[in-house]
Amino acid sequence: MEKFEPRIVGFLCRWCSYAGADNAGVSRMEYPPNLRVIKVMCSSRINPTIILKAFNEGADGVLIAGCHPGDCHYVKGNYFTRRRIALVKKLLEYVGIEPKRLRIEWVSASEGNKFAALVKEMTNELRELGPIKNG
Amino acid sequence: MKKHPRTGVYICECGHNIGGVVDVKKVTEYAKTLPPVVVARYNKYTCSELGQSSIAKDIRDHKLERVVVASCSPSLHEHIFQKVLEGSGLNPYLFEMVNIREQCSWVHHNEPEKATEKAKDLVRAAVMRATLLEPLEKPTKSVEKSALVIGGGIGGISAALYLANNGVKTYLVEKEPSIGGHMAMLDKTFPTLDCSLCILSPRMVEVRQNPNIELLANSDVVEISGSVGDFRVKIKKRPRFVDPDKCVACGACSAKCPTKVKDDFNFGFSERKAIYIPFPQAVPNCYLIDKNNCLYLNKGVCRICEKTCERKAIDFNQKEEVIELKAGAIVVATGFDLFDASEKKQYGYKCYPNVISNLDFERLINASGPTDGKLKRPSDGKSPQSVAFIQCVGSRDKNTASYCSRVCCMITVKQALLIKEKYPETEVFVYYTDMRTPGKNFEEFYEKARSKGVVFIRGKPGEITESAESRLRILAEDIDSGILLDNEIDLVVLAAGLRPPKELRDLAQKLHASLSPDGFLAEAHPKLHPTETNIDGVFLAGCVQFPKDIPDTVATAGNAAAGVLNLLNKDRIEAESITAWVDIKKCSGCGSCILVCPYDAISLDEDGKAVVDEIVCKGCGSCVATCLSGAIQQRHYTDKQLISQLKALLKDGKV
Repeated sequence: MEKFEPRIVGFLCRWCSYAGADNAGVSRMEYPPNLRVIKVMCSSRINPTIILKAFNEGADGVLIAGCHPGDCHYVKGNYFTRRRIALVKKLLEYVGIEPKRLRIEWVSASEGNKFAALVKEMTNELRELGPIKNG
Repeated sequence: MKKHPRTGVYICECGHNIGGVVDVKKVTEYAKTLPPVVVARYNKYTCSELGQSSIAKDIRDHKLERVVVASCSPSLHEHIFQKVLEGSGLNPYLFEMVNIREQCSWVHHNEPEKATEKAKDLVRAAVMRATLLEPLEKPTKSVEKSALVIGGGIGGISAALYLANNGVKTYLVEKEPSIGGHMAMLDKTFPTLDCSLCILSPRMVEVRQNPNIELLANSDVVEISGSVGDFRVKIKKRPRFVDPDKCVACGACSAKCPTKVKDDFNFGFSERKAIYIPFPQAVPNCYLIDKNNCLYLNKGVCRICEKTCERKAIDFNQKEEVIELKAGAIVVATGFDLFDASEKKQYGYKCYPNVISNLDFERLINASGPTDGKLKRPSDGKSPQSVAFIQCVGSRDKNTASYCSRVCCMITVKQALLIKEKYPETEVFVYYTDMRTPGKNFEEFYEKARSKGVVFIRGKPGEITESAESRLRILAEDIDSGILLDNEIDLVVLAAGLRPPKELRDLAQKLHASLSPDGFLAEAHPKLHPTETNIDGVFLAGCVQFPKDIPDTVATAGNAAAGVLNLLNKDRIEAESITAWVDIKKCSGCGSCILVCPYDAISLDEDGKAVVDEIVCKGCGSCVATCLSGAIQQRHYTDKQLISQLKALLKDGKV
């Protein structure tokens, strides 16, 4: 059987995490090609519907990444993200999707190494977890 | 809206940067199969004149309604391609950029096939998102014709003077009681051996005399809001307890003040009074009271200075003030902190009295310093017969900072020459890793030191220990000869490196500006925009970006000032187009959006429906995600656009 390769969708904020992902590229770091990125202005833009939609459309994992707490370009957007994602994780558990398939991380514009390590780690975790079970 | 607007797709090889990993031909052929695509091409450099004109020609010939470019990060060239659309009569927001370099070829160079598959997915998603893009208007706003310069060292002074001399009202904020920064502490500058204060102090006086500069010394930036064109800043001005309009810096107060404390300007090598002026050439040239040490302010008795001052300049009723000001642009010039050499315990700084830092040395060799320029050992005041410099203290060191601080080699060469000039008989040794002297007349300066008998030893001492009479024993291997050297030296100078100022993190947060991994302020582009930051209207000058010498600091200050002038010379600038709007038919008037808006841009109108002030809105989209009725949408990032991109990414996608 072919090895399971998870599909991950990442919503990255334009100011910190998208720039952090660019920084990983500029530094020529390597990470698995399982992640597909959608750029948003702020992580707080992502409503639960979009996350559920991602799983519904076949994503095995969803990454939401924004500026570190206190560093949000829009002052406090990432605090809303943090609260919202905590709730969505509970909802995922309720509908039978492992909450760790949804990750929220803080990646600054200079943290290319953190971003690369994060994608590696998340991909490996999801490889072990396998596809979402239909229940 | 048409289901399949006519779309052109351009895949960039970026030389071998993308083309060496991603099979651009395959991606191009794949793009042609997507329903909206009427033309797809690949080229060597899409950003080149040739690439840009081929897009413009296709917009004309194929009547394109959408353009997708897959190349580098949008942060690099998005605006270039948007201009091509504008020039060809298409709204610039009908453009979508796909990042297949920084986020694809450069990070998957060992997996070319998977990188190609990923590029195809990303292009498909961009084409589908593009079908739903809508033209946006660019609102404009007026520009506040004033600037704020944070930091009053030579960088901030230069930037402020450039701006003020061009007619810009400039606020110069300095945390210390006087401007001048580190340069005011130096004795001579390399490689010309100009007296530092002799060239600095006329510039400081110019600041004081320039009617366009409002100097706020002894002050801190506490809050920054707004954005390019209209920053609103709160400055906390600490009390001096002396009225600057009355004080003539005669010094009578200080002469009578009974309290002596260590003089921090001289790093504790001398004492000052509780009412003092940091150095004679200080600007503002006004005394101040050190509130931590003043007898009256702490114990309620004394007030001798008040009785002594003939001009009645002492004012114990002064309170901390918060000043609010507006600025169209900001220059950050907060310089550096010297590496605290006591972190390198093996060298005994602050443990052995005769181990000093390079900045301590500047005060001890300085004619206006605590020893009147006579080099004396701190332990006994004797003139040292031998001096050793140790390079790279806190720099090029995995345990502290891995970067080279750029200026310490030249500082040491200068200091070694100053010793040889004043005391030709004194033996001078320099323990170095590599001597780095790139700069105009730098190498010649280094040669001069060698010819004067300064001994340069390649080798980093492992440890310094104290021996009799506070002499210092240095053990080091001379790497060139392989000989173990065991020297006893009278005075050791540690060439401490430059670190980001400790307050920089906090300031960067207030500005929402990014830091580099080394902790200095990040520039927008290391080569083409070295004095801009990721935040429009925020510029940087001098060492706050990375260690620099004085000429480089002054040059970046000029560059930053040019950026500010470029901005302030415009009558109106573009405001954010990516804002939120409310569909009032769906709005229930619950007000949840108002609670999350960081800018107070949303209010309820007389019918109880939410309304967004689009000039105030910065377009984060928090309100969109919060709205339970789905009544708010964010322009350029609508739910429909994001979901179409998401669906297309996951459809048929293989990893």
